[in-house]
Amino acid sequence: MPRSARSATLRDAVGLGVAVGLYGAAFGAAADAAGLNVWQAMTLSLVMFTGASQFALVGVLGAGGSALAAVGGALLLGTRNTVYGVRLVPLLKPQGLRRFGTAHWVIDETTALSLAAPDRGLARLAFLAGGASIYLLWNLTTVAGALGAAALSGPALAALDAVVPAAFLALLWPRLRKGFPEAAVQRRVALGGAVVALALTPIVPAGVQVIAAVIAVALAGRPRARQEAA
Amino acid sequence: MSGTVLWATVVAGALGCYLLKLAGLSVPAAWVEQPWVARVVDFVPAALLGALVAVQGLTTGHDLVVDGRLVGLAVAAIALALRAPFIVVLLLAGAAGALVEILTG
Repeated sequence: MPRSARSATLRDAVGLGVAVGLYGAAFGAAADAAGLNVWQAMTLSLVMFTGASQFALVGVLGAGGSALAAVGGALLLGTRNTVYGVRLVPLLKPQGLRRFGTAHWVIDETTALSLAAPDRGLARLAFLAGGASIYLLWNLTTVAGALGAAALSGPALAALDAVVPAAFLALLWPRLRKGFPEAAVQRRVALGGAVVALALTPIVPAGVQVIAAVIAVALAGRPRARQEAA
Repeated sequence: MSGTVLWATVVAGALGCYLLKLAGLSVPAAWVEQPWVARVVDFVPAALLGALVAVQGLTTGHDLVVDGRLVGLAVAAIALALRAPFIVVLLLAGAAGALVEILTG
């Protein structure tokens, strides 16, 4: 494969890895705000390693939700990684035991990098380079964020309270932006989810309103009759 | 919530999410690529993240509460619309929340 394509792939993968990896600091801080200790925050970043699910788990716990609601929210958000895996199999062709390692790094960013790569060799390179840089930085910044947040007090705690909802908005935002497939429908579903959750907040146990918000998916309507390549 | 329950939550959630990833590399593609399954999976994140933005930004326990968090969200939305990097968005939201706390606290 040409050298330039290789280095361009590496540059993109590591660049995205660094940008996304830093975001782990926000997760560490959110975990601390929800009452998790540093070890629990680290376990989530090391083993769960899928940002939106990690944020959902600590977000539900932070809202006073039950263990079941917290795990349910994380798993619902984790289902998209299953679909990503299906799309990655033809590119990465993970064999035997390597499947168990590959699975660990199947997330939004590594999927996007691999699917964007011009050929299979570069797709593997993008997956590994992106996965490694995100994994390393995400875990380091998780620890920094958790320890840093634990030391906060006064107005700095109010700052942390404001960072957590903003972090969810930042996770949601790319889906609502022009250019994302069916962005207008995504906006409708997101707004529906927010309305359902707020309406249920006074009446259901804490955290359950987040899970119940999946009914807003109904606003997306039936599947389009399209057979485009994923 | 006791320390044990918290640990059980962390471990169960982490293993469950890993198994969902592993399933994608292991099950026949036809199971996952049904139009209805794909449709639901495409839109679950928007519904849940929308709910989490609302719950984290506007509620405390069972009550709707308007405070610095909403101001932080508004600032974050403007920063995101202007394509600011994630970290900048979060710092601005945090600064807005702290400022409201100082002004009203």
